[in-house]
Amino acid sequence: MNETSDPRIPQTRPRFSATFDPHSIAEIQRAAATGIYDIRGGGAKRKLPHFDDLLFLGASISRYPLEGYRERCGTDVTLGTRFAKNPIKLKIPVTIAGMSFGALSGNAKEALGRGATAAGTSTTTGDGGMTPEERGHSQTLVYQYLPSRYGMNLTDLRKADAIEVVIGQGAKPGGGGILLGQKISPRVAAMRNLPEGIDQRSACRHPDWTGPDDLEIKILELRELTNWEKPIYVKVGASRPYYDTALAIKAGADVVVLDGMQGGTAATQEVFIEHVGLPILAAIRPAVQALQDLGYHRKIQLIVSGGIRTGADVAKALALGADAVAIGTAALIALGDNAPEWEEEYRKLGTTSGAYDDWHEGRDPAGITTQDPVLAARLDPVKAGRRLANYLSVLTLEAQAIARACGKSHLHNLEPEDLVALTIEAAAMAQIPLAGTNWIPGKSTGF
Amino acid sequence: MRRALKPAAREPVVFDLATRPLRDINAILQALPAHTNETAWAIANPRGAHAVAVGVTTPVSISIDGHVGYYCAGMNDGAHVTIAGNAGPGVAENMMSGTVHVMGDASQAAGATAHGGLLIIEGNASARCGISMKGVDIVVKGSVGHMSGFMAQSGNLVILGVAGEALGDSLYEANIFVRGGITSLGADCEEKPMTEAASAILETLLKKAGADADPKDFKLFGSARTLYHFHVDNADAY
Repeated sequence: MNETSDPRIPQTRPRFSATFDPHSIAEIQRAAATGIYDIRGGGAKRKLPHFDDLLFLGASISRYPLEGYRERCGTDVTLGTRFAKNPIKLKIPVTIAGMSFGALSGNAKEALGRGATAAGTSTTTGDGGMTPEERGHSQTLVYQYLPSRYGMNLTDLRKADAIEVVIGQGAKPGGGGILLGQKISPRVAAMRNLPEGIDQRSACRHPDWTGPDDLEIKILELRELTNWEKPIYVKVGASRPYYDTALAIKAGADVVVLDGMQGGTAATQEVFIEHVGLPILAAIRPAVQALQDLGYHRKIQLIVSGGIRTGADVAKALALGADAVAIGTAALIALGDNAPEWEEEYRKLGTTSGAYDDWHEGRDPAGITTQDPVLAARLDPVKAGRRLANYLSVLTLEAQAIARACGKSHLHNLEPEDLVALTIEAAAMAQIPLAGTNWIPGKSTGF
Repeated sequence: MRRALKPAAREPVVFDLATRPLRDINAILQALPAHTNETAWAIANPRGAHAVAVGVTTPVSISIDGHVGYYCAGMNDGAHVTIAGNAGPGVAENMMSGTVHVMGDASQAAGATAHGGLLIIEGNASARCGISMKGVDIVVKGSVGHMSGFMAQSGNLVILGVAGEALGDSLYEANIFVRGGITSLGADCEEKPMTEAASAILETLLKKAGADADPKDFKLFGSARTLYHFHVDNADAY
């Protein structure tokens, strides 16, 4: 008799490998079948050290809290105070990150503008240029200056309220992008001076400058083109944040934008998203250190992004030294991305609400990451804009609640001293003491 | 009977960059009204300055007496700029319309991403001439460096001399005309038959640029369009 068939004997249960886990096995099988890597949208999905690994201490005997709902806690921020004649003044320190018309539908861009404007903050163009919907509905609009220069023109440059020179983004520092042909509608094609329906490569390097010395001259040109009125942002993907921030300062930036690997993209290789760059938690303190070392902290503003979800994340980013944050993925979710109401259609696409990330395919049931006119019409830009405004309001109220509990009359008064870390990794990356100790790995030895 | 007098040609308004800051000069040129009577301008002593005469939107003539640095006439939209010297990187970058005429040589990325207008270079142009061009016409009377026409989207690049390595790499719909020979072609760039329509375009551009050349001596290069849709079988080409 075979012992394994005897029901009285305990059987060895199937055991999955931690290394060759079901996801890894499925990817090997998919790669073997297709010969091509996986492309998707969004940012890193792996578990990373993040703001969740930090806690605020709150006030006690040695700290004096502010009265919730009564005592003022300021949220305003001014961006571009270094050189620009017309710095940007925002009511809240939460901005909308750059996302292109092309990657997003016209209605989605309009909704972003409506929501941001209602909340008193800025939105940002993306690769592909500035649309009238976006300019018309965005009180404060940042115009991205990207390597592809798709849609770049002098008229729109002068309509912008600020200019963001994009060196890289957190999902793919060092990488360019590709907008697949199915999203190249006649309008998108015309804006980019390319044929309809072909894959459009977004370059990874700027065509007319290389390195920090050239960047300084490029920024000079942009200022001369716009009468020195507009703040010039420099956006980098988090990889070498100390040196990139220092070089951006040297090149003449008014604002440094630092994007961690959780920050989303419209389309990139999965392997790139998950294996290149730094989580934002590890990037903020080196960038702040560079600003402090050169005497520019709070004089050149720092915007950080990549995985901002809650007011706690906003407050933690500001406590670590940022002046503002930017949201992309969270803003799309607020508009309606991955909403459960489209579950049936997500299942037809082989996914489920909450996990949909094939933004590059243009089949978004929510009508956000698509150029399909039928799908795009599903998104009501007024209602979606209202949802975004609500979400931005909640982020701000939550951050204020935490700041008051720490005794701060402005979100910018939050500081590293208000924080502790739950893990050794987070303590080392954020340069915050491990909870219950005075120990900052790599910085101090005390308990 | 009195005859109407022909208005005398105006003397150009001269800016001296040795005595006035760049900001003043650019601000005045950028603020010119569309129908200004002051249509002739001259800039003396540029001495390699960057971003000279950028962002001008009126059809005035601007003569620059000497060498310029980076991005001269950047984003030009209608002005006619002549550089009596050499030009640094990115001359006429992202030009929308108008003309930019370099009497000497041009450095890298001449006419980069330009949407329209005409860029004429009497001498040679360095690497990546016409990179990512989006509709501009460029005529180089000398030779061009490597990777010229890289990712060029539309417009015409005319090279009377020799083209360096990897000409037209990852080309989209731009035309590249070469008289003096090529060192090598980039990925997805191939020789095309010289059609009557293409020859007419070339002839017009040569005439506009004052180039003494016969269209029959040129070869036409364009996109093979094999990289227009990503396919793993093309991986070796990337």
